Amino acid sequence: MKLLTRLILVTVALFLFWHFLVIFADLPKFILPSPFLVMQTFVSNFSLILKHAVVTGSEIILGLLAGTVLGSFTAICLAISPVARTIVRPMMVLSQALPVFALAPLLTLWLGYGLWPKILMALLIIYFPVTSAFFDGLMNTPKGMLDLSRVMNGTPWRIMLNLRIPAAVPGLASGLRLAAVYAPIGAIIGEWVGASEGLGYLMLLANGRAKIDLMFAALIVLVVMTLILHWSIDRLGNSLTARMRP
Amino acid sequence: MQSLLFEGSAWVDEIQIFPRISFTMQAGSWTCMLGPSGVGKTTILRLIAGLESEIVLDGRIELKEGGRLTGQISLMSQTDNLLPWLNATENVVLGNRLRGEKPNYDKANALIEKVGLTDHRKKKPYALSGGQRQRVALARTLMEERPIVLLDEPFSALDARVRAEMQELAAQHLQGKTILLVTHDPAEAARLGESILVLSMNGVKDVCPPEGAIIRAYDEHTVLACQGQLLRLLRAEA
Repeated sequence: MKLLTRLILVTVALFLFWHFLVIFADLPKFILPSPFLVMQTFVSNFSLILKHAVVTGSEIILGLLAGTVLGSFTAICLAISPVARTIVRPMMVLSQALPVFALAPLLTLWLGYGLWPKILMALLIIYFPVTSAFFDGLMNTPKGMLDLSRVMNGTPWRIMLNLRIPAAVPGLASGLRLAAVYAPIGAIIGEWVGASEGLGYLMLLANGRAKIDLMFAALIVLVVMTLILHWSIDRLGNSLTARMRP
Repeated sequence: MQSLLFEGSAWVDEIQIFPRISFTMQAGSWTCMLGPSGVGKTTILRLIAGLESEIVLDGRIELKEGGRLTGQISLMSQTDNLLPWLNATENVVLGNRLRGEKPNYDKANALIEKVGLTDHRKKKPYALSGGQRQRVALARTLMEERPIVLLDEPFSALDARVRAEMQELAAQHLQGKTILLVTHDPAEAARLGESILVLSMNGVKDVCPPEGAIIRAYDEHTVLACQGQLLRLLRAEA
């Protein structure tokens, strides 16, 4: 509750600052609309914004799920197999040197204007942080526990399932916290490059028509969506990590 | 019952960790190994357990009666190594799970009763005291039913009262097993050792243990005398 009050206070302060900036600097509404105009636009265009928000939201969530599954799978394979480590890790680092943004036009070219290139963008952008954080966790199982499980003649897969994966959950959780913030970026870039729906598309469209108030309304919805996503994943991560306390 | 022979020197690349030593862990009895930190006590224990990958033994570790070491050993160390996300009972059956066997809860609960933790068996490790955690670790060790037990300073992090209790509990329940206890506490060695080895840079020295069956009373004068003798020896070797 305390957090919520603080959040509301900060938001109100920001909106007031924004409002007075517009008034005192005498900014025209096609440069910076006042927050009250943005709110009005939000209310009058609610169903339009909602429709596009649902599209972007599904892109983000699907990208997040796919990236998490793929990233976790990669991390486990890397942790199990030294051969995979020597082959795949340099490739992963290389793939990070490639700006994912530059791939967006290609993905649109190959996969069209639908949901898929956006999901893939979100996936690509979170894949590395998820893989890397989970992998680090898997490689840092407390040594004493590993020794014990070897003396117990545990099989590598059962040690992975019963010891290494559960011990690496805090690592995965910190990767997911990053992913929750990155995934929306991927989806929006995908929409900017080529889309017929989604908040990114709506913002681009509004910008082109000098409807800056609509652009801000869409932007604020996007920020709120990202915050809610981050908050839920943070909660989930905390409750999983709490199980690990020594 | 199995006796275990250890003979050899340990190396990392060209550097010698300890010179050629030789000792036997007698079947069904407690061998206590004392020595200053860094002399290689834990290395010896890890070599026997087959856990060393960097340090190489130039020598042999074998069972006098023959047969392979794998699957004959269980391990208990200073840190309890309980998995924090599992309750006491689940920690005790960990070995079952790791080998893909069906967890034997009846046996686990019987062992938990033996170590006096029946009321705490559903608790996670964070809710247990240091002594209780080592009791769970002892039950987990017993669950494995291995003839050879390696103890790496398992009681050294406990306070004096709990340590004495744990020594008694371990002596009672590990009876009949071939045990190597690595410790830096002369009092512990004098109470529990049926054979006492002092390891130093110059090799290993066999010290005659006090008379009487274990576990010996801590205030018996032969035990106290042995304790003093061990301490003197440790200081002389340093």
